Amino acid sequence: MAAETQMNVSDQVAVEITKMNKWYGAFHVLRDIDLTVYQGERIVIAGPSGSGKSTLIRCINALEEHQKGKITVDGTLLSNDLKNIDKIRSEVGMVFQHFNLFPHLTILENCTLAPIWVRKTPKREAEEVAMHFLEKVKIPEQANKYPGQLSGGQQQRVAIARSLCMRPRIMLFDEPTSALDPEMISEVLDTMIQLAEEGMTMLCVTHEMGFARKVANRVIFMDQGQIVEQNEPEEFFNNPQSDRTKLFLSQILGH
Amino acid sequence: MSRDQFAFVRKHMLPEAPPPATQTGAIKWLRENLFSSPGNALLTIVSAYVVFQIVISATPWFLNGVWDSPSLSACREILDGKTGACFAVLSERWNQLLFGFKYPSELYWRPGLAFLLLFIAAAPVLFGKIFPRKMLIFTGLYPFVAYWLIWGGSLMVPIFALLGVLVGAFVYRRMVTVNAGIAVIVAFVAALVFWILSGYVTAPMENVLAIEAVASRDMGGFMINLMLGVVCVSLSLPLGILLALGRQSSMPIIKWICVVFIEFIRGVPLITLLFVANVVLAYFLPPGTNFDLILRVIIMITMFSSAYIAEVIRGGLAALPRGQYEAADSLGLDYAQAMQLIILPQALKISIPGIVNVAVGLFKDTTLVSVISMFDIVGMIRGPILASSEWNGVYWELFGFACVLFFITCYGISQYSQWLERQLRTDHR
Repeated sequence: MAAETQMNVSDQVAVEITKMNKWYGAFHVLRDIDLTVYQGERIVIAGPSGSGKSTLIRCINALEEHQKGKITVDGTLLSNDLKNIDKIRSEVGMVFQHFNLFPHLTILENCTLAPIWVRKTPKREAEEVAMHFLEKVKIPEQANKYPGQLSGGQQQRVAIARSLCMRPRIMLFDEPTSALDPEMISEVLDTMIQLAEEGMTMLCVTHEMGFARKVANRVIFMDQGQIVEQNEPEEFFNNPQSDRTKLFLSQILGH
Repeated sequence: MSRDQFAFVRKHMLPEAPPPATQTGAIKWLRENLFSSPGNALLTIVSAYVVFQIVISATPWFLNGVWDSPSLSACREILDGKTGACFAVLSERWNQLLFGFKYPSELYWRPGLAFLLLFIAAAPVLFGKIFPRKMLIFTGLYPFVAYWLIWGGSLMVPIFALLGVLVGAFVYRRMVTVNAGIAVIVAFVAALVFWILSGYVTAPMENVLAIEAVASRDMGGFMINLMLGVVCVSLSLPLGILLALGRQSSMPIIKWICVVFIEFIRGVPLITLLFVANVVLAYFLPPGTNFDLILRVIIMITMFSSAYIAEVIRGGLAALPRGQYEAADSLGLDYAQAMQLIILPQALKISIPGIVNVAVGLFKDTTLVSVISMFDIVGMIRGPILASSEWNGVYWELFGFACVLFFITCYGISQYSQWLERQLRTDHR
């Protein structure tokens, strides 16, 4: 499995983060983050809550501002320029813990909104693309319903489809299954696995270690705003090096 | 406790069953709502008696009402000691109540037509799903058409006013890519400059395509209340939205301007602002400028209600989860798009009850202009009609009529807003 998935990874850099630092007021959330993500890589970021893992991926599409260091996404250096930020955001899809679908729009409108307004895609074409991705996440029949009528798992799959409609080069997942009932987690994970198999570059903050083992080609462990350990999943789970990682793994895999 | 006491495996899942049928119908309703206890039964009987007495004593007043009589004394002669209303004042002074006492009577059709066109103009805005979008073009032109119909004069004035709006829109389009907030301000200034300059162009063209002009001071009656209500509500809503967004702006200057404006306006009584519009403003304007009184009043009422609407909308904005902003951002929508497509539709929906509250209050507050010697419906009643020798002393019929007019309008607004809320409900709770 590992060797097979390895093949999809190119040596083209998708995201490059160098010496990135972020503070909330005086609180030093991210400290000297260095991370290079290659096109086609699937990275799982784990760590205790408050370790800065969500903040890290939210810095990549500038939902959070970093104060020091450089972030380059798909060859574009992230700066304070709004146009630059909007360009990066349209290339980077994001899936949130609480789905954040637009409740006043139908599922189809949720999916076509950004292509129509940001990419200036004609409406009919945008709808075709949206239906294509809704079929992919297996809920085309819900297209004309509103988010409030769908289950959590369905909503999260719509959120994934909504991001895919922008044809992103990179997908960020911010704890996509943490707000879901146990029975719905697998349907979302299946969608993510399918996406990984198609070669999407993915950065996932998640506690689903089974998913990490199966899909990731790199696991990053963070604590106190720093990258403590990163390795291939086999090595990471079977042979963790730092004491902090060992403690974390023993706690989450304990039951 | 042994194992076979609790061990259980379900063989069949239970089918869905209807709720137990209980007694229904009118008698149950009466029991539950009117006679649920001896105390409640007593209250019901007492209330029914009071309602009965009111109806008994008010009915002859309505039924014996005199609709045709030249004066109050003649009316009393007809009634001959019986209880009865003197509705003749309404039919006698109908036009005055609606148009004021100086509007040329041969031109009543013009504000009348403007009023009818108002429904056509408002339809696509209020019922967007039913009426075609193309009707919005007429809605856009309506303010200028209505102005021309009501005030008359040269057609050039509304045309140049329209051009000013187009100039503003053009400037906004050009600037919005730089910054939405600055674009609004620059566009407004550009339109203002255009209007001031066009004043010099239209002044010598007074008679080009002109119809008979009517001065603002000749207008009155319910027409003024309607004009002020419609204009001020439709202006203060967009202004309120801008103020609410400005108050949230990350740019200190814009935020500061909005906060000061809102807090100042909310801290001052409307009646004071109206006196300012009437008297004080004249001292600040260069001598000789003829700044229309109705326009001054419109500006003041609009500023007043927009500050309130801004705070209502701020509440709606605050009620939205941060995730909505983040989702819009993460899809690459820019600020204007995120606000227009994601944030405002939801925030405004939440704010509908509050906005309607302000709108209804504003509409009723238009009667305050009677204090600054404008003859709106209340001004007409208290002034020319009650002061006349024929109708001195007819209070109930006149003020009752004003109440009915306002009630119909305000109740209509309220019903519309509830319908709109039901239309926009998509959360399926």
